[in-house]
Amino acid sequence: MPVADELADDPLEDAYYDYLLRIGDDALILGQRLSEWCGHAPSVEVDLSLANMALDLIGQATHILNQANNGDGDELAFKRDVLDSTWQHLLFQQLAESRDPFLSAIASKAVKEVAYHRELASEWTVRLGDGTDESAARMRDALDWCWRFVPELFEVDEALEEMIARQTVPDPRSFEREYRAAIGDVLAEAKLEMPADQRPILGGRRGHHSEHLGHLLAVMQYLPRTYPDAVW
Amino acid sequence: MSSDWPLWEVFIRAKGGLAHRHVGSVHAPDQELALRHARDTYTRRLEGVSLWVVKSTDIVASDPDEAGPLFEPAEDKIYRHPTFYDIPDEVKHI
Repeated sequence: MPVADELADDPLEDAYYDYLLRIGDDALILGQRLSEWCGHAPSVEVDLSLANMALDLIGQATHILNQANNGDGDELAFKRDVLDSTWQHLLFQQLAESRDPFLSAIASKAVKEVAYHRELASEWTVRLGDGTDESAARMRDALDWCWRFVPELFEVDEALEEMIARQTVPDPRSFEREYRAAIGDVLAEAKLEMPADQRPILGGRRGHHSEHLGHLLAVMQYLPRTYPDAVW
Repeated sequence: MSSDWPLWEVFIRAKGGLAHRHVGSVHAPDQELALRHARDTYTRRLEGVSLWVVKSTDIVASDPDEAGPLFEPAEDKIYRHPTFYDIPDEVKHI
């Protein structure tokens, strides 16, 4: 029996629902962060690249969160790039083979978008890492900062364990080695050193976030809260 | 900054069988990123299936001051236009 039929009786079945929220929120938050760059890039071309990627991600989030919320993602919804797009790319490649028709369909579409994000982000990493002294120093700082969030991408908790057991979603640990090798290749080409492993920041999946999330949500919620009936 | 980046001319093939057409230009530090900038700037609405970018300085242009000797002699040679033939409706893009 297809997974979707089993789930049709109980669409908000916990593990599936949690999984949709996780991958939906990943796309939504990175999309919002990228959109914040709009107007700040050094050229209109880079502005467009960032805005295009933001729109791809918010589109993915809309589909996924709509599914989680029985077709109304806005309510849920308005509740960093090479590292994330590489992970997303590896995940969606496998997720495209999922037994669940919805996850398989969304991943098949999104895998092309994130393949492009990954290539663009990798090319910029190489150019900035192997650029001027200033750009290399900034890349090192950024990498150092972001590296502590990488282990969480491969963390498997009970909810995810359940989804993996049903063969509905891939185990992220199955592509961790490939992920680290791919990031290592990009960093080597960028003449950047692989950062030392730090004490990881975990818990985002369980709702433990930094103070940044409050500000982020305030911006995202401003429009619907100020104009509850706004449509466009 | 983009002002330090060279300019690249962008050409798009709208669909198979058509020629690439000039659509505009982008700034980019090198040819790979020029292609990406062209993709992100000019193909957001399904404009095409193939892209070319050419460094603007690599284009050899005719001198506007020589427009007279270059182009005006063709003005009175109407027999060079295929207007004396009926073109079938099926033939587009001629």
